[in-house]
Amino acid sequence: MVARDTAVTPSKAVSHRRALAVFLLPFGALFAMFYIIPILYAVYQSLLTVEREGTFGPAVQVFGGLTQYIAVFQNEPFWASIGRMLMFGVVQVPIMLGLALVFALLLDSPLVRGTKFFRLAFFAPYAVPSVIAAIMWGFLYSPNLSPFTAVTRSVDFLSADAVLWSIANVVTWVYVGYNMLIIYSALLSIPQEIYEAARIDGANQFRIAWSIKIPLVVPALVLTGIFSIIGTLQLLAEPQVFRSFSSAVTSTFTPNLTIYSTASVPNISLAAAMSVVLAVATFVLSFTVLKLTQRRAAL
Amino acid sequence: MTTSSVKKQRRPSRSGGIRESAVSRTVAMSVMVVATLYFLTPLWWLFVAATKNRPDFTTTAPLWFADFSLFDNIAALLDYRGGVFVRWLGNSALYAGVGAALATLFAAMAGYAIAKYAFRGRETLFNVVLGGVLVPATALALPLFLIFSQAGATNTIWAVLLPSLVSPFGVYLSRIYAAASVPDEIIEAARIDGAGEVRTFFTVATRLMAPALVTIFLFQFVAIWNNFFLPLIMLRDENLFPVTLGLYVWNTQVSQIPDIRALVVIGSLLSVIPLIVTFLALQRFWQSGLANGGLK
Repeated sequence: MVARDTAVTPSKAVSHRRALAVFLLPFGALFAMFYIIPILYAVYQSLLTVEREGTFGPAVQVFGGLTQYIAVFQNEPFWASIGRMLMFGVVQVPIMLGLALVFALLLDSPLVRGTKFFRLAFFAPYAVPSVIAAIMWGFLYSPNLSPFTAVTRSVDFLSADAVLWSIANVVTWVYVGYNMLIIYSALLSIPQEIYEAARIDGANQFRIAWSIKIPLVVPALVLTGIFSIIGTLQLLAEPQVFRSFSSAVTSTFTPNLTIYSTASVPNISLAAAMSVVLAVATFVLSFTVLKLTQRRAAL
Repeated sequence: MTTSSVKKQRRPSRSGGIRESAVSRTVAMSVMVVATLYFLTPLWWLFVAATKNRPDFTTTAPLWFADFSLFDNIAALLDYRGGVFVRWLGNSALYAGVGAALATLFAAMAGYAIAKYAFRGRETLFNVVLGGVLVPATALALPLFLIFSQAGATNTIWAVLLPSLVSPFGVYLSRIYAAASVPDEIIEAARIDGAGEVRTFFTVATRLMAPALVTIFLFQFVAIWNNFFLPLIMLRDENLFPVTLGLYVWNTQVSQIPDIRALVVIGSLLSVIPLIVTFLALQRFWQSGLANGGLK
């Protein structure tokens, strides 16, 4: 990527090495301590299992091989929560990114006036922490306190059938503007000359958006898509808050809630194995999306 | 390049839009107005609700003001339980401010080094860091808890602050931005002038990388301010809580202490304002940082 002058004198090379150490050490040490070691430690923990001598004997942690992973694969609530999040993601992520794309294209088109205002208005919810957003929407959904009691008295947003989608709405509300801004930034960096030919051919804004702009912002869509997948699988704050509004949100509603409640039983080794499975699943899923879209973009 | 200069180049295309039909314009503007209502109504409700006294909260129109008791409500909030809410705000500011500032510095140094120096294992290092972007933060929280509890450091400031100092995404953004905006010639010139490598970074490179640095700082600040899982499992002492965890705990007590609901509402409003103000104040910088560095 960056061609460097190779003709450095030995003394300079030494000074560069020292500079490199200064530059890389703080981040490297912290990354090792708070990313690499925890991952390795979780893997190690997940390979342990608790044994007791007799029913009342002291608990001892011993090496259990894949015992915990077998337990994870047999743990129905955990898989139910992953299934729930996949269903959530299949619906919520396309809606959110679709809206973000439409808003970004509208902001970038000559059809809309006052872009600066709209940009900030749509982005404002991103400044609201997930916990606070969930508390706010919890009030808005509640049958008695909501400003929209006419709606909330006829539709129960907190019922077992609806609460997943009520949470999806909270997530969408917070993140549409953020994703819109990333896509909009990508649109701004497209050189204007590209549109000239289309305009001479008489293409309208819709046609320009469809045939020129969208293909060019595919990398931004991939980026936002991957972050959204990661976000979906690690959903925790919103459902945790909704537990105080709706009994339909159980302690195993999302994978992270399942891990949290398993760890507080406490069954640390099983929770560690679940964390590893979840991290691998997230990684594989986002990596697959990356590769699939890259292949399509290359066609 | 700043956003404003980008916008100036785009002006011709807007005048080209005269041909667009009035129908398209109306449809587009209607979509934007409806969306604005969707995004701003909850915030408007929060503001209005925070200005009401307790009886008015449930009996008056939710989207319009009744008796204006915002300041009484704030006073009640600050008074409750020895002013613990102020402490929470302070804790959030400490975790997010110090955490984001140091995370930005460390990420910028690492990203700059990866962009501007050839060394063995450079691409491997970068790929490992990129892999870190894909690791869910909540998957790290549990093992972090176990490690901190072995060190006897759970329920301390460090348990929340130290893990916040790492920003793999910051390294990614810094590398791309440094490669694009810090010319090799300038580094060479600084070397010829006799400046050391580290000094060159701090005096020359950081200035050229400023939009990326503001972007990293802000997004890390928001990530820490919004972080919930890590404090939830690490902290027991409510004097160490960030504001999100504190309000969450209050919200779970609403059914036992109904009066606390008003404090949750006013507290939510007060906890949202600092972030919105920060974003507005710095938007010129972070928006151009996103536009130029985020997506190559």
